[in-house]
Formats: sequence, C-alpha cells, structure tokens
Amino acid sequence: MQHYETVFILNPVLSESQIEETVKKYQKYITSAKGEIIDTENWGLKKLAYPINKKKSGFYQLIEFSSEGDIVSDLELQFRRDEKVLRYLTVKLDKYALAWSQKRREKLKSKTEKPSEEKEPESQPSEPVNA
Amino acid sequence: MSKIEEQSSGGNQGEIRYLTPLNIATVSKKKYCRFKRSGIKYIDYKDPDFLMSFINDQGKILPRRITGTSLKYQRKVSVAVKRARHLALLPYIGDLVKEE
Repeated sequence: MQHYETVFILNPVLSESQIEETVKKYQKYITSAKGEIIDTENWGLKKLAYPINKKKSGFYQLIEFSSEGDIVSDLELQFRRDEKVLRYLTVKLDKYALAWSQKRREKLKSKTEKPSEEKEPESQPSEPVNA
Repeated sequence: MSKIEEQSSGGNQGEIRYLTPLNIATVSKKKYCRFKRSGIKYIDYKDPDFLMSFINDQGKILPRRITGTSLKYQRKVSVAVKRARHLALLPYIGDLVKEE
C-alpha cells in the first residue's frame, strides 16, 4: 500500500451539485478499487495563473488516499477521458510528505474549527451509496 | 613651468586617500540553506506563496548561488515549482509575477 495525493481542477462552468457529483464519483472509484480515502480538501474556485482551455479559473479538489499502485494509472485515465477535468496531478507521498500533510490537516482543522462554531460544522449526510 | 606644477598638484588632489579603509562590500553575509537551518524536510507544491521566494519576477527558478539553498533541497524546490506550474498555481512565464 502506498500513499498518494491527487489534485485536479474542474471546469468552472459546472454547478456545485455537478462538482460534488464528480468528486464523489472519483472517491467512489478509489474506494471500489480497495483504496482508502484519508482526506479530501475543496479549495473552491481559484484563479488560474494562466488560462487552460480558455478558462481563467477552476475548482480545485484534493484527495489523499492510500491504495495499491496500479489504480493510479486507471484513475488518471479517467481524468483524461473526463472533459470536466482541466488538469490533474497525482503524486506519491514519501514519509516527509506524509508528516507534512498530517501537520497541514491539523492546522486546517484548528483553523476551521474556531470560526465554524457559528457556521455549523459541515455535516454532509454520508449516504450509504452502494459501492 | 607653472602649468606643469598646477597639473601635478591637481593630480595629487584628485587622488582620494582615506585614513581608515572603507567597509564597503568587504564583509559579505554568508548565505545559508534555509531548509537545513530550519529543518524543513518536505517542500509543498500546494503553497505558491512560499515558492514565490524561489522564483524571480519572470517566474523563473532562482539559481542556488542567489538563494543559498543546498543542492539536495534545490532539487526539491525545482520539482515543487514545476508541479505548482502544472496546476496553474504559478505561471510558466510572466511579467512582474511577484507584484500581482
């Protein structure tokens, strides 16, 4: 089992429900291939440093997972076929990267916990989708 | 005769002599590798603001002789910058990248 981290940029013209759907689709794919999702991060709509496919912004999504190595190529094949995905990057995490990502997660947690007391913590109803 | 004397005296005046040597650029600050010094082991490509300190205004990666980074971490910096460029977090080319 290896740890991986994938970041992909989705088309900015998509609606929020469509974005959630596509993100869930990839998460489902990873779990169905016996991978384990460790963390997901939604960076939201961000301005791109340079235009890609004539788009100047995009939705960034990060998924950290651990799985066997052979699913990465399948995942990337799906990204390539999906026209909603502008860019993707999958990297293997070494031990230093793992420590860093854990630290980053804790930092983000402590940051979001304080203001989210008013907002309500994001309680996404985790529907048992038949995977 | 007088002219020659003037010239020679003028020449002497033009020569600037200091009693104490000036300390301009004689002592250069020693550069150091900030990753080694602060114990950073992993350089994150997801943090473009941090990587900004390793690129110039045009978006080019700065050489080691300017940043002082050790070879081990310079390699990691360059990989991180290239990954950030691929994800459009940093530009491949640009003008005044840092001022934006």
